[in-house]
Amino acid sequence: MLRWLIGGGREPQGLAEKSSVQTIGEEQIQNPYTELLVLKGHQDIVRFLVQIDDCRFASAGDDGIVFLWNAQTGEKLLELHGHTHKITAITSFSSSDASEEKNHFILTASADRTVIVWDCTSGRQVRKVSCFHSTVKCLTVLRRLDVWLSGGSDLCVWNQKLDLLCKTSHLTDAGISALVELPKNCVAAAVGKELIIFRLIASNDESEGWNVLEVKRLVDHQDNILSLVSVNDLTFVTGSYVGELIVWDALDWTKQAYECNFWDSSVHPDVQPEIKLSQSPNETPVQHLTCDEECVFAAVGKGIYVYNLQMKHVIACQRTAHDSSVLHIEKLPNRQLISCSEDGSVRIWELREKQQLPAEPVPTGFFSMWGFGRANKQANQAAKKMQENTPVYILELVGDLIGHSSAVQMFLYFGELGLATCSADHLIILWKDGERESRLRSLTLFQKLAQNDDLQLKF
Amino acid sequence: MISAPDVVAFTREEELEDELYSEPPLPEEYSVPLFPFANHGANPWAKVASSKFTRDFILISEFSEQVGPQPLLTIPDDAEVSGTFDLNYFSLRIMSVDYQASFVGHPPGSAYPKLNFVEDSKVVLGDSKEGAFAYVHHLTLYDLEARGFVRPFCMAYISADEHKIMQQFQELSAEFSKASECLKTGNRKAFANELEQKLKDLDYTRTVLHNETEIQKKSNDKGYYTTQAIEKANELASVEKSIIEHQDLLKQIRSYPYRKAKEADFHPYEPEGALDPANTGFEQDLAASDLAEPGDTHLYTHTPPYTPKLIKAKSAKCFDKKLKTLEELCDVYFFTQTLYQLRQIERTFRGDVCYLLTEQISRTLLKQQSVTNFLFEDVSFLDEKQPEKQFRECQGLGQDTVHRKCLEEAPAPKVVISLGSYKSSVESVPIKMEQEIEDSQEPKLSELVMFEAQENLDYLDADIKGSISSGESIEVLGTEKSVSGLPKSESQASLPVSPSPQVGRSKVGSRRTVSEDSIEVLSTCPSESLIPEDFKASYPSAINEEPYADDDEGGLRFTPKVNPDDADEQEDVSQQENLVQVDSACCIGKESPSFLEPLPELGQKPCDEDGVVRIPPQPYRQVEQGLRGSLGGFPTHDSISGGLLPYELDSRYLTGSREVSKSSLDECSDSTSYISSAASTCSDRTPSPAHHCQASERHRKKAGQNALRFIRQYPFAHPAIYSLLSGRTLVVLGEEEAIVKKLVTALSIFVPNCGIYAKPVKHWVTSPLHVVDFQKWKLIGLQRTVSPAGVNVLHALSRYSRYLSILDADSKTLRCPLYKGTLVSRLADHRTQIKRGSTYYLHVQSILTQLCSKAFLFTFCHHLHLPISEREPEEAVVNRRMNFLKLQLGLANEDIKIVQYLAELLKLQYIQEPGRRVNPLLRFDYVPSFLYKI
Repeated sequence: MLRWLIGGGREPQGLAEKSSVQTIGEEQIQNPYTELLVLKGHQDIVRFLVQIDDCRFASAGDDGIVFLWNAQTGEKLLELHGHTHKITAITSFSSSDASEEKNHFILTASADRTVIVWDCTSGRQVRKVSCFHSTVKCLTVLRRLDVWLSGGSDLCVWNQKLDLLCKTSHLTDAGISALVELPKNCVAAAVGKELIIFRLIASNDESEGWNVLEVKRLVDHQDNILSLVSVNDLTFVTGSYVGELIVWDALDWTKQAYECNFWDSSVHPDVQPEIKLSQSPNETPVQHLTCDEECVFAAVGKGIYVYNLQMKHVIACQRTAHDSSVLHIEKLPNRQLISCSEDGSVRIWELREKQQLPAEPVPTGFFSMWGFGRANKQANQAAKKMQENTPVYILELVGDLIGHSSAVQMFLYFGELGLATCSADHLIILWKDGERESRLRSLTLFQKLAQNDDLQLKF
Repeated sequence: MISAPDVVAFTREEELEDELYSEPPLPEEYSVPLFPFANHGANPWAKVASSKFTRDFILISEFSEQVGPQPLLTIPDDAEVSGTFDLNYFSLRIMSVDYQASFVGHPPGSAYPKLNFVEDSKVVLGDSKEGAFAYVHHLTLYDLEARGFVRPFCMAYISADEHKIMQQFQELSAEFSKASECLKTGNRKAFANELEQKLKDLDYTRTVLHNETEIQKKSNDKGYYTTQAIEKANELASVEKSIIEHQDLLKQIRSYPYRKAKEADFHPYEPEGALDPANTGFEQDLAASDLAEPGDTHLYTHTPPYTPKLIKAKSAKCFDKKLKTLEELCDVYFFTQTLYQLRQIERTFRGDVCYLLTEQISRTLLKQQSVTNFLFEDVSFLDEKQPEKQFRECQGLGQDTVHRKCLEEAPAPKVVISLGSYKSSVESVPIKMEQEIEDSQEPKLSELVMFEAQENLDYLDADIKGSISSGESIEVLGTEKSVSGLPKSESQASLPVSPSPQVGRSKVGSRRTVSEDSIEVLSTCPSESLIPEDFKASYPSAINEEPYADDDEGGLRFTPKVNPDDADEQEDVSQQENLVQVDSACCIGKESPSFLEPLPELGQKPCDEDGVVRIPPQPYRQVEQGLRGSLGGFPTHDSISGGLLPYELDSRYLTGSREVSKSSLDECSDSTSYISSAASTCSDRTPSPAHHCQASERHRKKAGQNALRFIRQYPFAHPAIYSLLSGRTLVVLGEEEAIVKKLVTALSIFVPNCGIYAKPVKHWVTSPLHVVDFQKWKLIGLQRTVSPAGVNVLHALSRYSRYLSILDADSKTLRCPLYKGTLVSRLADHRTQIKRGSTYYLHVQSILTQLCSKAFLFTFCHHLHLPISEREPEEAVVNRRMNFLKLQLGLANEDIKIVQYLAELLKLQYIQEPGRRVNPLLRFDYVPSFLYKI
C-alpha cells in the first residue's frame, strides 16, 4: 500500500509480497474492538497500568505522574503528583476498614527513591517513604501476611502503615528485578542471574514483627532473570535473557523442567538457515510470562510460545508474532491471548486445536497493510513450518489493534469493559466493543429521556 | 414639508391576471411570454429608478435646535451608497415625524425641573419621491446646554423595499433598541459628568458670591442693605436654587437605571466583552476612579481634575454656542460601540427581504430540530441569532448587572459628600426615589412606562401606575377620507388587558391612547393633515388608524382587505381571539415579539366592527404560519397579510442587487477581506444577512460548486462520500495545497459534525497523522512530499489505513471500502442537472436532512435498541433493528451504516452532560478497502 501511495497509481503488484509476520486482513470478524478512546495526560512513556477495581485503573510512567481513569468512560478521575522521577513499580491493594467499604490504595515506587501510598478515592498521599538507598524496582503485596515488600538493592518488609519491619542486607547494586510470592511465607527474588528465596519469620518478641531470612540461592540461569511468575501453589516459572525457561517446585525450590533455546530455530531441523541468522540467542529474551492452570505463555523475542506444564514441552507457538519484541502477554478466559509489542501493535490470538488440514493464514488482502516494507525475506514458511511442528495446537491471529505509534508497553484487560493499552507515545488507548457501547448509550439515552420527561422533544 | 402620498406601485394582481387571461390568444408562433406590467406602460424597474440609492443604509440625523433637521452620518459610511439620495431632505422628513415633544422644565406642581425619560419611538415611513422607506427610531439624548436639556436624534434604516421594513420590523426594532440603549447609557454617563461639573462651577460661584456678600456685610455697618448687596443676595439665592435644581437633575439621571431595572423588560446596555478589549479597562477605570474627583475619569483620556469656573449670572443665549457632537454627548466608548452595533445591523439586514425571510424561516425550523440540527448545520450561529430568548434567559442576570452598573456609575459616597457640602447654606429637600417616580408619572407625559406585558404581572403593574402606553403597533394611515371617520378616542386605556374576546373587542374598538412605541406608515398623504387636532395636541405620539377597506390602491401589501361584514365576524370567533392576541400584543409595547405561540390563520383578515385594522409587524413566525395556512393563497394577494408577497414581482431588488453586483463583481474574488467591506449581494443574488453567515454562505456556495465539480469529475465520488457519511476519516492526499484544499472544501459539506463545535475538517496537514487525528478530524487534507518526512507521512497513512479512506488528488485514485447503497447516488448524481453551487448545496442539505430524520427515528425508537421484555434475547433486538433499518427506513447495504453512525452521533450528543466535553471516540469497522481509479 505504501508503494501505491508513493508510486501514486502504479500497478500495485508488489503489494502481494509475503511477510514473515502472520497478518490478518482488514476484515476481522472476531475482533470485538470497534471503538477506541484515546486517553491523553501523560507527558512521557506510559509503562504501567494497574487495575484498582472493577472500573478504575491507574497508569504511570516516566513522567512520574499517576493518573486514575474510569475504564468505562475514559474519564480522567485523578492526577497524582508526588514523584519527581520516573515511576519504576506500581501495585494496588485494598484494605477493608471497620466499615464495609473497601479502601483502595496504590503503591508507587520511583527513581527518586521514594515509595508513596495513594488513596484512590481522595487522591491524596497517605504516606511517603523516602529512606531507600536505591531505586525500588518491584513491589509486592502479601495479602496473607498483611505486609508488602519492596525490592531494590535490598529487600524490605513493610506493614500496612508503612513501618519498616525488617530488611535484608545489601544484595547487589543491580538490585531485585522481580519478586514473587511463594507458599510457606516465602518469596522468590530475581537478582541478576540468581534466584534468591527468602522466608519471612514472625519474630518471637514482638507480635507484629517479622524477620526476613535468606533461605536459598538458585544459580541455574545463565543470564539475568527477566520474568518470574507463580503458576500455582506448587510451581513457579522463571525466564531469562537468553531464553531459558525453568519450571520450579514452589515448595522445595527444585527444578522441575528446564527449557533452553527451545525457541531457537536451530533445534528444529527443517527450518531455513536464514532464520538462524536473524535470531541470534541475544534476541530471545523471555520478556514476559503468564500462565493459566495448564500452560505457561511466554513472550520470547518476537514470538509467543505456549508451554504445557503437564507435557513439558511447547505445544503451540508463533515465532514471529510481532515485528519486534513482545513486551507483554496475557491469557484471556476465552482461550484467547493478547500480546503487545514494541512495533506498536496489539494482537489477539486464539489457541485452537489443530485440525487435520491446517488452516491457511487469513489471506492478506490485496491492499494489506502488512504487505510492505519488511526487510526480512524469510517468506511465509515460518508460519507453515510452525504449524507442521506444533503437535496439537495452533495460535491463530484473530485480530490486531492498531492505534499506538510507538511501543505498546503494557495492557490491561477489563473483560467486557474493554482493553486499555499504554504506550511509549504517551497515550493510553481504551479499546471497546462498539456494539456494546452503542447499546449502553442507547440505554443511557432512554434513561435520560425518561428522566427529563423530555419537553424539548416533541414527538 | 412632507411629500405627496406614497402609492406603492403595485397594481392589484388579480386584476392583472384577469386582463392577461382575457386577451385573445396569440398564434403559437407569436407567443412571447408577456411581461405582466406591460399594459400599464411601466417597466419593472420603474420602482427602482425612483430610489436614488443603491442599497440599504442607516442614517443618523438630529433635529438641531439651531439649524433644524440635519443628517449626521450614514452607515456604511460611503458616499456611493446614498448616491444622489437627498439626505438633508430625508432627515427633515424623518425628524418631522418625531412627535415626542418631551416636556422638560417645571411641570406644574413641581418645584424643580424634571428630566423626562422618554422612550424611543419607532416609526415606519415611506417617501415616494425618494423611493425610500425607512424604519425610524427616535431617541432623545440629554444635553445640559440644549433647550429643555434634550437633543432629539433619530436612527433610520432606509431601504427601497417597503416590505422589508415592514416584515423585519420586530427585528429592526429589537436591534435598534439595543443600539439606542447603548447610546443612551453613554449619554447618561456623559450627562451626569456634565452635571457634576456644572455643580462644581455653581458651588464655586456660590462660594465666591458668599465671600463677597460677607465682605459687604462686614463693610456695611449702616444697618441697611445697599442695592448691590441685595443684588448679590439675589444672585446667591439664584445660584443656590440652581444648585438644587442641578443636584436634583443629577439624582434623576443617576436613579434612572434603578427605576428602569424595576420594569419588566428593561434591557440595559451591556457591553459585550468580546467586542472590545477596552471594556475591562473601562470597568477598572470606573472602579479606580478616585472619589475625590468625581466622574472625571474618561475612558480614553484621563482628563485632569476639573477646575471650576465662575458662572456669570446671566448666561449667554445659546444660539452662538456650538452644540455638542453626538460623540461628545455619548462618551467615545459608547459611541463607537453603537457604531459597531449599527454596522452589525446593516450587515444583518442586507439583501433582499425574501432572502432574509427564507433565512429566518429555515433558521427557525432548524432551531426546532434541536436534537439533530448539529449534524450538518452550523448551530453556533443559530444560538447567536436568538436575542429574544437570550434576553429572557439572562433577565435576572441582566438586572444584577444593572445594579452593579449603577453602583459603578454613581458611587453613593460621592453624592453624599457633595450633598453635605451644599446643605450648609441651602435647605435641601430630600426626595425619595419613589416619590420621584410618582412625580414623574404625569399621565400625559407618557413617561418611561414602557411595560412589556407578557405576563399578568405587568398588566397589574400598568394598572397600578395608572398609565397606559400602547406599545408598538403599526398604524396604517390611509387616505384623507378616513380621517373624518375617526371616532374620538376613549380613555379605556387603563383597562387591564385580558385575553377574553369581549375585552379584546372593546380594546380594539378603543381608539388610540398614549402610544409610545408606535409605528406609522405614512404612505398615502401628508401625515400632518392626517393626525386629528386633538391627538396632535395632547398626545404627541398619537397615531391614526385607518380602515383600509375600500382603498383601491392598496398601497400596502401587508394590509388585509377588510371586509366589514357581520357574518364574517360571527363566523370567526376564533379569529377574534387571534385578533385579541395580536391586538394586545401591539397595544402593549412589547419589544420582543409576542408571537412565539403561533397564531393560526393569520393569513386571514383580522377585523372588527369598526373596520379598524391593526396589524402588528409580521415577524417570520407568522410568515411560517402563513406558509402553513395559506400556501395556496399565493395568487390572491388580498388575503395575504404581510408575510407572503410576490417577491418575484418585486423587481426593485433584483435590479438593485444586480447593480451592486455589477459594481463590485471585481472585488468578489476569494479574498475574505471583501466580506467585511463590500456588499454581499455580489455575484449571487441572494446575499446573506449577517456577516458570520456571510462567510459561511460564501463557503457554502464555493463548497457546493466544488462538490458539484467533484462528483462530475470523479467516478468514485460515491464511496468517498459514503466514507464521510459513515464517519470514516477521508484523507485527501496531494502535493499542491490549493487542489487539496479545494477538494476538502468540496467534500466538507458531506461531513457530519460530531458535536456543536466546529466541523471536523482539517484543510491542510503536513505532519504524519496519528490516531488522535482520526478522532478529531473526519476530513483531512494531507501534503504529499518526497522528502524523508513525506515518507513518514505515508507510513503513518498505511499504518492507520484501516481507519482511513485515502483520496489521492494527484493520481486520482481512491482507496476505501466498497459502497453498494443507494443513498449516495441520490446525493451525488454525476448526471445531475444542477448547475449552481448554492443550488447543489441546498440539494445536499435536503437529502442530508432527510437522512437526519431517519437517524433520529432510528435513535429514538426504544425497542430497536432495548429489549421489550427482560427475557428477550439480544439477537431479537438486533433482528428488529436490522429489519427496521432495511424495511421501514428502506436502507440498503452500506446505507445502514450511515444511519447507524449518525444515530451514534445523536446519542452521544444527547447523553452528553452539559458543560462537560465528551471524550471524542473513534468508531470503526474492520472492512476491506478497495482501490478505485478513474
